[in-house]
Parts: sequence; C-alpha cells; structure tokens
Amino acid sequence: MEILVCVKRVPDTAENEIEVNGDGSDIERDDLVYSVNEWDNYAVEEAIQIRDNVGGSVTVVTVGDDESEEVLRREMAMGADNGILLTDDAFEGSDGKGIATLLKAAVEKGKYDLILTGAQADDGAGQVGGMLAAMLDVPYASLVNKIDVDGDKLKVGREIEGGNQEMNEISLPCVLSIQTGINEPRYVGIRGIRKVASVDIPELGAGDLGVDASAVGEAGAKVKRLDYFVPELGEGAEMLDGSTEEIIAKLIEHLKAKGGLK
Amino acid sequence: MADIYAYITHHNGVADDSALELIVAAQKIDAGAAVTAIVTGSGAELDQVADAVAATYPKVLKFGSDALAYPNAEVVRKLLVGVLPADAIVLVPHDTFGMDLAPGLSIKLDSTFVADVVDIEGVEGDALKVIRQEYSGMVSTHVSCDISAGAVVNVRPGSFAPDESKSAGGTVEDKSGDIGDLSAGRRFLEVVEAEVGDVDITKEDVLVSVGRGIEDEDNIEIAQELADAMGAVVSCSRPIVDAKWLEKSRQVGTSGQTVKPKVYMACGISGSFQHMGGIKGSPFIVAINKNVKAPIFQVADIGIEADILEFLPELAEAIGDL
Repeated sequence: MEILVCVKRVPDTAENEIEVNGDGSDIERDDLVYSVNEWDNYAVEEAIQIRDNVGGSVTVVTVGDDESEEVLRREMAMGADNGILLTDDAFEGSDGKGIATLLKAAVEKGKYDLILTGAQADDGAGQVGGMLAAMLDVPYASLVNKIDVDGDKLKVGREIEGGNQEMNEISLPCVLSIQTGINEPRYVGIRGIRKVASVDIPELGAGDLGVDASAVGEAGAKVKRLDYFVPELGEGAEMLDGSTEEIIAKLIEHLKAKGGLK
Repeated sequence: MADIYAYITHHNGVADDSALELIVAAQKIDAGAAVTAIVTGSGAELDQVADAVAATYPKVLKFGSDALAYPNAEVVRKLLVGVLPADAIVLVPHDTFGMDLAPGLSIKLDSTFVADVVDIEGVEGDALKVIRQEYSGMVSTHVSCDISAGAVVNVRPGSFAPDESKSAGGTVEDKSGDIGDLSAGRRFLEVVEAEVGDVDITKEDVLVSVGRGIEDEDNIEIAQELADAMGAVVSCSRPIVDAKWLEKSRQVGTSGQTVKPKVYMACGISGSFQHMGGIKGSPFIVAINKNVKAPIFQVADIGIEADILEFLPELAEAIGDL
C-alpha cells in the first residue's frame, strides 16, 4: 500500500507556555520548542505499521520552510521512506483550504492508496483532511482510532462521544484523520536521525505543483486570523498562597466544607 | 444576507442540546434571520425530533431515508450538497459528527469553513467575525471569514446559552422526496460500546483526576495514594489513556466519561474544552498545576500553583494525619 502522511511542525504545548506577544499580533515565539504535531506522529506510526504488515511505502509531506524539513527527517527516522517539502513564499498565510489545495496538488503528483493526517493540529480546527478528501473526491473518516486492512477496503474505527467507537467500512483510496491513542508511536533516537540526515528531500514550489499562487497563501485565504488574545473568563479560581503547609491547611478546610473528605 | 441553516443532531429520538444553541449562534450572525433547521434520519424517531425542533425553529426541513438511519457524515454531506443553496450559511455542532461532516461539506458547496467557533461578534459587509481558541485553549483569536459565497460554521457545543423563553411554533416540511443518490464510499457497520472498567467514575462523589503533569506512569501511584487518603477514586484526562497508563473507563471528557462529582481535583490537567465537557453538575473544582496560565484556573473554584509531584504526597500525608 502506498501511503502519504501529511504532517505539520508546531510549537510543542507540552514543552511551552503559549503566551500572546506585546501587540497581540502573534504568540511569543522566542525560545519556543517546536516538534511534529502530536496527532501526526500517531498517523506516521500507523502508516509504518500498515506498510510493515502489507508492504508498500510511506511518504511524509509538509507545507513549510527549511525548519519544517527537520520534522520530515524526524518522521523518516521513525521509518517513513520518503519526504516531500512543499515550500514557496506564495504559500505563506494559507488558510485550511489553501493547505488542502497544496496537498491535493502533491497527492496528484504521486499515486497513493491511503492518505493520513492528524485529527487536528495547533489551531484545533481539524479541517485539512476532510477538505483534502472532498477535493480529491475520495471517502473520508475523521478521528480514526483503529484501522484493519481488508483487501481493497479498510475497516476503520472512529472515536465518538462517550468513549464509544463507530465502525465503518471504507473503500480505497481514501483520506483518514488519525486520533491520538491509536498506537504507541516509536521512540526516535539521535542515531536514527543521523541515519537520515543526508537523505535528499525534494522541494516543490507553486510552479512545480501547478497551483495558482493567488488561490493559496495570504492572497487566497478567506479565513484570516486578526489577532491573539487571552479572554477574561469570569473571576477565575481563588488562588491559595502562602507556605505549602498553609496552602494545605486552607485546602483541607475547603475540602471538608464541600464533602471532599470521607 | 444568505439563508441560515442549522443541522440538528439527535440520538434515540431526542435532539441534541446543540439544537437550542445553534439558533442562538445564528441570531448572532443575523438578528432577524429566520433560521431553518435540517433534520435527517428515518422512521418515528425522525418525526419525533422534527416535531420537537419546530418549537425552536420557525421552519424545519425533514429528510427521511433508511440510508440516513445512522448519521454517516459521508452520506449526510451528499444529501446536503444536493438540497442546500450554494451560498447558504450552515451551522453545525463541532462534535465528532460535525468534525466528520463540515470540512468536506464546505469544499463541495465551494464556501468558507470555520471550525470550533466559541463566539460570534457579527457581520460587516462580507466578513463574519468570530472567536476561536488555539493551542488547547491557551490563547484565543478573532477570525474574519469571507462569507460572500456561503459558509459552513462549526459551533462548539456549550458555547451559546440556549434561550428557552421563546417558542417558534414552526412548521415541519417533509423533504424526503428531494433526496437524490446517497451512495458513498464509506459504510457504517456498528457502534462498539465503551468497555466497562473496574470502577465507575460516573458514580463517584470525589475524583482525583490526573493529567499530563503526572509525567510518568510510576507517578500514578501518587494520585492513588491521595485518593485513598480522601476516600476518592482516580480519574484522568486523555493523554494518560493515550499513554495507556490508566484504562479508558477512567477518562473524563467528551471522548470519555461524563462525571457528576461533588468535588473534582484537577491535578496537572490543563483543562481543554474536551476535558471540561465531561464534567457536569457544577462540582467544586480544585486545580493544581505548575503552569499558572493553564485554562483550568479560569474554571476552577480553588487554584494552587504547584508541581503535583511534590504537592500531592504532602497533601495525602496531611489528610492521613487528620
């Protein structure tokens, strides 16, 4: 099976406190630790496991700059066979539809049976996979937490409300967005990264992809982020302060009053 | 302004709470809008939902077919593309169905998509201005969407307070005759119910809930010792289940269990909306987190800025000494 996995380089929220910069035009990006989007990592692991079971290859693709290439290398160190970097000044400021348009062009330059994305990334929209599938006119399933290959079809589980799982049969080719927890992504050591450090990663721009530069990037975006801010939500918590002993004493009084201690 | 439609999700013949919320959101887009509800399904359940929704919406369009008995987003999308005007503004709840349906729907309608909207500021010219959150709710953004060619707007459940004072006395139109070809490359098979675990966190009064801040599987024991001292039970947020440190049956959140405790101790939990969506009944929430900017502090009653790995053992010991 030929599998394409769409990945994104994002600020690592487990490693960083995300704060708004002085004028609200962006988040504070100095000293941010970036990594591959957590959901995408599960998608790459799933693709590698499918390939190891049924044969084929895994290609990882991203839209970004030179720094995004590191993310491709990391996923290749995990076991992806090929990487493709979609990069062009004209791509900057793309909205979800713009990114899906670029990925569609990349998909059409290859021949893939299965395309995976993470269920969502840093902006929490969860939109690119569903858009890409509709543009390619192939079936889609989101929030996938189980995949069984069955000939030219897949049996996929979707995570739905209440911890339940919705089972579907889906025909290939298709696009699936992968939910965390579907597998246990393998650890990538420094040696693995070194092994792929000099592998050639092709770069494709607007001309190579044959996309109209005015349909992507800032120019093509119909959805535009105006600013970043931190909302005032009610009064917030009463913060307990003092020494640890004092905090514990106050907390125990609260817990007693609210029935928190038996 | 283009016509506004709301897609109604329902289970067992009862409309989801989002039915009441979407019309409030629609009226923040256009205060005078006559919003049309779309209900799909089959049989008596469909009729029951459509009739109930007419109390909220002036017009309800009902689409009945065996192919729509289970809401398979690929099938529903095909239906909607066939029956909606191209410039429609379509509101969809941002739940696991809406996330499945909406992005592709916007492409097929050639309209603009905006996901997981938590508030709506209004429309100026062709621009709809909404509020979204990014980075698991750590920051918010104002977003401008060009709706001149229509839009699909996914609305976060629970973000718009329902207005139950008004009764629309709406009409239900059976549009099943307009249903075209609903064949799709994805077929619904079955729903596999969540496994029942060794404890039922939905029935507990006091929960000691742990998140990413617990850092390591071995540290779960720290939370268990505090829970033992308090006479409570350990629950958790999603990353703990993804890491397989606790069973899925202990997960609080929209993709896990919905709990109704009296006291909820959120330990090293950032407080994403998916997590908070699983906490009902307004419990007394204590948040303990070393990141003072974690969203959990906005919704908690009591906040403590501390590393749970140091704080929880001391708290357990103090409670044990009582």
